[in-house]
Amino acid sequence: MTTARTVLTIAALTLREASRRRVLLALAVLTVVLLALSGWGFSRLAAESGASTLTSGEARLTASILINLVMFGFSLIAALGTAFLAGPTLSGETESGIALAVLARPIRRSAFLLGKWLGLVAFGSGFVVLAGLAQCLVVWATVGYWPPEPATALALLAVQTTALLTLAVLLSTAVSPMASGVVAVGLFGTTWVAGVVGGLGESLGNDAVGSIGTVSRILLPTDGLWRGAMHAFQDPSALAQFGGEEVEAFPFLSVAPLTVTYLAWVVVWVAMVWGLAAASFLRKDL
Amino acid sequence: MTAAEPFAGGNDAALRAAAHLVADLAPAPAVWCSGLHKRYGRRTAVDDVSLEVGCGDVVGLLGPNGAGKTTVIKMLLGLVHPDSGEVVLLGRPAADPTARARVGYLPELFRYQPWLSAAEVLALHVRLSGLDVTAREQRECLELVGLAERAGDRVGGFSKGMQQRLGLAVALVARPELVVLDEPTSALDPLGRVDVRDIVLALKSRGVAVLLNSHLIGEVERVCDRVVILDRGRVAASGTLGELLGQRELRLQLTDLPPEAEARLAATGTVARTGDWFTLALPTDDDGTAVPDLVRDLAVLGARVHAVEPARITLEERLLGILRAGSAARSGRQR
Repeated sequence: MTTARTVLTIAALTLREASRRRVLLALAVLTVVLLALSGWGFSRLAAESGASTLTSGEARLTASILINLVMFGFSLIAALGTAFLAGPTLSGETESGIALAVLARPIRRSAFLLGKWLGLVAFGSGFVVLAGLAQCLVVWATVGYWPPEPATALALLAVQTTALLTLAVLLSTAVSPMASGVVAVGLFGTTWVAGVVGGLGESLGNDAVGSIGTVSRILLPTDGLWRGAMHAFQDPSALAQFGGEEVEAFPFLSVAPLTVTYLAWVVVWVAMVWGLAAASFLRKDL
Repeated sequence: MTAAEPFAGGNDAALRAAAHLVADLAPAPAVWCSGLHKRYGRRTAVDDVSLEVGCGDVVGLLGPNGAGKTTVIKMLLGLVHPDSGEVVLLGRPAADPTARARVGYLPELFRYQPWLSAAEVLALHVRLSGLDVTAREQRECLELVGLAERAGDRVGGFSKGMQQRLGLAVALVARPELVVLDEPTSALDPLGRVDVRDIVLALKSRGVAVLLNSHLIGEVERVCDRVVILDRGRVAASGTLGELLGQRELRLQLTDLPPEAEARLAATGTVARTGDWFTLALPTDDDGTAVPDLVRDLAVLGARVHAVEPARITLEERLLGILRAGSAARSGRQR
């Protein structure tokens, strides 16, 4: 059996598992609820600005902040979803014995792992891109705001999900399914908080506190990617409206787009963590 | 004739000679492993285990709990990495995944994707095996294990016994040349056990090699050509059933025994007498005629034959003997 065929078979199996285990249904329900709520919120916003309580600039700033807030919700759902899916599908299968019969087939473990990872990437990325796009359309329909770079923003959200689930895959080759999900999501939250604290430090001119965000964004690039995505979702004039330095301290606006160097680091980071996961999985006694 | 032809002809002959040589070689055994060692922390699970399963042989793996049987099986299939030792499956080193292309495996811990149907589990394994097994063959495989009517049902709703039957189907579906069954009847009812025995015998008749790990000694005794007994991670004994069980014995209850009849008994083998009961060791090269011939002759010579019983030592007695001897030797060393 060729490695490519194994990878695709396992990836398709992982997607089928996500849909059969009602993960897809649960996510769809959550997404619809979130879209409906945000749709209602945005329409209220439009009604308010229609009554000219907000200037057009203020309305754009509010729309930018709100869209980033809702997108954070989606990226959190995707992160939680994939991190908790990666645990059961990999270490859960090893624990229960499902993996025994599968891995006794003439397939390489690395191909099996790549298939699982690819299935999870397709699932997680597919979810954030579709939900994010639906959200952009809701915002456009209610307040007439369309993000400046929606494709970049959605792609960065997909990469963010990929980075977190790669970490979850690495953890699930080493610890129990439950622990791997908890640790991955915990780290995701920690980097986000570190990013906010770092931004606060920068706006206060405290370099030591400011560097917390930078270091955490290098160690786990989810927060860095999230900031890049926010930057692509928000209106460029919103920053000026919000006013200079203080924006650094605000968690739902981002001052700068991502650099090519940072994106290259993200690719290296994902490859490195995947490599560690493969090395750990290959050595595992089942 | 061109200049190249005689050279090509010579090459051809050499090739044919080589082909004959290869064809005359004995086929590679289905399983060959040598010097397998495995430690988990400070505990040695498997210590210098070597075994062989010939093509078409049915070999039983016996031993108490914790003897290392499942670990040995997992090392053969590349699921557990040995600390040292070599494994060759169907003529290929086990490190190469393609060595497992024609291997079917039913794990001791049998679990299959609960969100798939039985037919989908089989289709998945066929796809992973890389072989082209038709849907009809897959259906027949489910029929063979008695799951034809549940083919479309989710595995999540299956009882343990049904999951084990599905595991058997998974092990058999990709036209295996070697089938490894780790406790294949642990969740089955008596009927299921008979089914498994029939399946193993059918595999044997088709020349498929089987490595069978089972606690049910009777089962092993009925179907296996050879037995390997593991104790505390080491091979305690191995051989054909005949070799392991030694010679067969016959118990006879006789009265009015004339001296000629006694001489006839002694001519057959060593005799031990307790009252009317005679225990006779049968010749090892017996082709099945020794007992009827003896009984006929005894009757002709005037002896009254009340009872004739085969007194064969069972595999269970032999296994217990080997394990007790091993444990006595160990406690002797400790003192």
